[in-house]
Amino acid sequence: MKLKLRIWRQAGPEAAGRMVEYDLDGVSEDMSFLEMLDLLNENLTERNEEPVAFDHDCREGICGMCGVVINGIAHGGSATTTCQLHMRSFSDGATIDIEPWRAGAFPVIKDLAVDRNAFDRIIAAGGFISSNTGSAPEAHSTPVPKREADRAFDNATCIGCGACVAACPNSSAMLFTAAKITHLAMLPQGQPERYRRVKSMVAQHDEEGFGNCTNIGECAAVCPKGIPLESIAQLNRDLIASLFKADGKQ
Amino acid sequence: MTDTITTNQFWAVGEEIEDTKAPKGVDIDKVWKTRQFQARLVNPANRRKLSVIIVGTGLAGGAAAATLGEAGYNVLNFCYQDSPRRAHSIAAQGGINAAKNYRNDNDSTFRLFYDTVKGGDYRARETNVYRLAEVSAKIIDHCVAQGVPFAREYGGLLDTRSFGGVQVQRTFYARGQTGQQLLIGAYQQLERQVAAGTVKMYTRHEMVELIVVDGKARGIVTRNMINGKVETWTADAVVLATGGYGNVFFLSTNAMGCNVTATWRAHRKGAYFGNPCFTQIHPTCIPVHGETQSKLTLMSESLRNDGRIWVPKKAEDCGKDPRQIPEEDRDYYLERIYPAFGNLVPHDIASRQAKKVCDEGRGVGPAVVEVDEDGTERLVRRGVYLDFSDAINRLGQKAVENKYGNLFDMYAQITGENPYEVPMRIYPAVHYTMGGLWVDYDLQSSIPGLYVTGEANFSDHGANRLGASALMQGLADGYFVLSNTINDYLADAPFDKLPEDHPAVAEARDSAQARIDKLLSIQGTRSVDSYHKELGHIMWEYCGMERTEEGLKKAIGLIQNLREDYWSNVRVTGKNEDFNQALERAGRVADFMELGELMCVDALHRRESCGGHFRAESQTPEGEALRHDDEFLYVAAWEWNGEGNVPVLHREPLNYKAIELKQRSYK
Ligand SMILES: Cc1cc2nc3c(=O)[nH]c(=O)nc-3n(C[C@H](O)[C@H](O)[C@H](O)COP(=O)(O)OP(=O)(O)OC[C@H]3O[C@@H](n4cnc5c(N)ncnc54)[C@H](O)[C@@H]3O)c2cc1C
Ligand code: SF4
Ligand code: FES
Repeated sequence: MKLKLRIWRQAGPEAAGRMVEYDLDGVSEDMSFLEMLDLLNENLTERNEEPVAFDHDCREGICGMCGVVINGIAHGGSATTTCQLHMRSFSDGATIDIEPWRAGAFPVIKDLAVDRNAFDRIIAAGGFISSNTGSAPEAHSTPVPKREADRAFDNATCIGCGACVAACPNSSAMLFTAAKITHLAMLPQGQPERYRRVKSMVAQHDEEGFGNCTNIGECAAVCPKGIPLESIAQLNRDLIASLFKADGKQ
Repeated sequence: MTDTITTNQFWAVGEEIEDTKAPKGVDIDKVWKTRQFQARLVNPANRRKLSVIIVGTGLAGGAAAATLGEAGYNVLNFCYQDSPRRAHSIAAQGGINAAKNYRNDNDSTFRLFYDTVKGGDYRARETNVYRLAEVSAKIIDHCVAQGVPFAREYGGLLDTRSFGGVQVQRTFYARGQTGQQLLIGAYQQLERQVAAGTVKMYTRHEMVELIVVDGKARGIVTRNMINGKVETWTADAVVLATGGYGNVFFLSTNAMGCNVTATWRAHRKGAYFGNPCFTQIHPTCIPVHGETQSKLTLMSESLRNDGRIWVPKKAEDCGKDPRQIPEEDRDYYLERIYPAFGNLVPHDIASRQAKKVCDEGRGVGPAVVEVDEDGTERLVRRGVYLDFSDAINRLGQKAVENKYGNLFDMYAQITGENPYEVPMRIYPAVHYTMGGLWVDYDLQSSIPGLYVTGEANFSDHGANRLGASALMQGLADGYFVLSNTINDYLADAPFDKLPEDHPAVAEARDSAQARIDKLLSIQGTRSVDSYHKELGHIMWEYCGMERTEEGLKKAIGLIQNLREDYWSNVRVTGKNEDFNQALERAGRVADFMELGELMCVDALHRRESCGGHFRAESQTPEGEALRHDDEFLYVAAWEWNGEGNVPVLHREPLNYKAIELKQRSYK
């Protein structure tokens, strides 16, 4: 396949960026999207030009590190991660626009790589169950009904990629935050800190500069792990309930 | 097998070594308790005055950082990804073992220990493995308490399944994402400590050198991957939890950033490297599709529980649609050769048999050109079927979907084929490295103050790793072992204050900077990746699934030439003071080349077949691996002997007291 790529190049956080056009030949349809970018980078290196910077690691759709906006849609719109998008979903001769995640809370580092450490800080604000090593009771001492366990699980699958933020017109990270809230809220172990958690995490979310959720739903549409909008409703219910509790951030 | 060469052009032999930390003269089930009692303590008020650097945020590093943070130490934690949650442990699919005996199938600590030592082909250290089995049950308790959503049954209790190499159901799992769920659990505990101020987290920082002062590990040098700053960090002890080095083969199931740099730099500073040639080749990966492929994808081995592996009996059927091949023309070769374990034989056996049937011309999938030693080209199909049609008939598609749905989706995504209708195609690929830095029972390397945990050390898996045991080791080391053993070292506090301008600190920083400058100054004509691919080809061809003396000697020469060429002809674009991924890779590939050579030397000296190390010269009449306990019942711990000199081999004899040595048989 032969492609025309238009890629966002930006030398650094402070530098101005622009779209740059590249012709790329020899793409096979079995390649993943990132392997296609590897090929481009090999060509650029051969011409002694600087390769395009992009984040990735596992290339298996699980680490959440890859992520670019392809033709205006986060991860390219195939309900999967960028590394699991394959070139067979494009046609020969296609023009493809490639841009980084765009959100104030995700500053561009270089080209297609952005800084998502804000997510870690949201987790640090309370996205855990406080349980010191060595203090746990026997695992079978608390059975968990399968329905709740499954719902917890479905939310636990969030890979923290940030596509939801990139897709949201308000740059809200509510789907990510809601996934974590719902995961822990469904488990008996998560109850003691449940309301404190939601209050703190949402406060941190806002502090990081993520926008408000106005129920547009673009986030769930691009989420590679199928985190449902319903999780945001769960977050909102827990958040309202938490207002009547004394613990957590004021 | 009798002439033992002591010094030759490839290696020299040094003194024997031993593990002096595991208490002697007590029964195996008392060793850990005894050590815990003997190890000195550090009182809580003093812990605040001590600092520990932990490199790595995977299961081994993340769990250790969280636990040492909870204990009150000052922890500095580093990783090369943008977030600790992305460490490679996240990719593990299948499950984690624990001796809970929830299935009432006669499982026990001793049986888990026994299976693991046997599975490792009797090349792991008995005391370490016993401890691993002992603490395994606590791992499950701790993870459940953190909210890790393991699979559950309708009654609300935890579900388990069976895995390769064993006959009990002791594997806990979380759909096909066990690693992700366990890592997120550890990461949450880690972030809790970050918030509490006990752990300082440094993401996108790559460790590029170790600082050793007066023979003790006292710090590291990192390169800030965003702005290129080369910085030094000092502490009272250093822990490397930096994962495995399978990427030396270029194509592997490892994440793209996995590297050997941290452990290799420590090796060059005096840490012995244990059993570098022991590489696990995993039998169930999606076959290679072409030259531009960047990595291989594992299909969880849990699939072997229900999937049946076969190839056509007749070579002429290999190009046919598998559904058109009648039952009587299929060869379910694992079930045929190993009726007791069937499709669940250990990795090395399943892998070798797959290679064998493909070499016989009975492989499936697209035929690719391969060049033989003598230069002749031939077409070979590299793939075998993993067929779920029986399981779908027996359990229904829905049930199969529930169990393996995400893996099936992943397969369809990558290959464009529907595995519910057409059998999957799989082939072995490099997956895990059992070798790593040598450590004693306390997980301390041969450099005092340098501890090594998880896949980065050599200790628990022997010549082969059983499925679902790496996650167990990472968490055992991180949550329960290191946090007890490192105190014994830290109890020597206070340690000398280390000035920033100490000659050893300056030397480490300057040498790291010099290496970076050198790589950027070469300005040759070949890309870093092209060298990495060539190294990978050499390693796979000569130090992969089957090794010969002749091939290994050839490989050593090829690697030496490649390395020389690299340092005069590699092209690294851009500059250091920038986000420069070509430069990052260049440093890693440079270290892989040196490691690759040591792997070949290690494989050359071990003239026996053992687990993932198959020497063609050492096999039984039926073609099974043949161990030589009389000559090779030891860990090979290699000492760096300076640039341009052959490495020195130190043997650590293995003593099996609780377990009887047997030839491994799964028939
Ligand atoms: C696809 C796949 C499936 C698997 N499935 C299973 C399974 O089902 N069951 C099982 O038991 N095992 C499985 N394994 C093996 C298991 O996942 C790994 O062995 C284990 O997770 C390794 O954990 P670790 O903590 O030692 O290292 P890792 O998780 O690899 O962590 C390494 C850490 O070190 C950091 N690091 C590395 N080098 C540097 C450096 N130079 N500077 C700074 N930081 C550095 C990284 O950033 C990372 O944080 C699987 C492996 C793969 C690849
Ligand atoms: S909710 Fe979905 S899109 Fe958002 S970070 Fe998680 S996995 Fe990515
Ligand atoms: S590279 Fe890990 S999810 Fe894409």
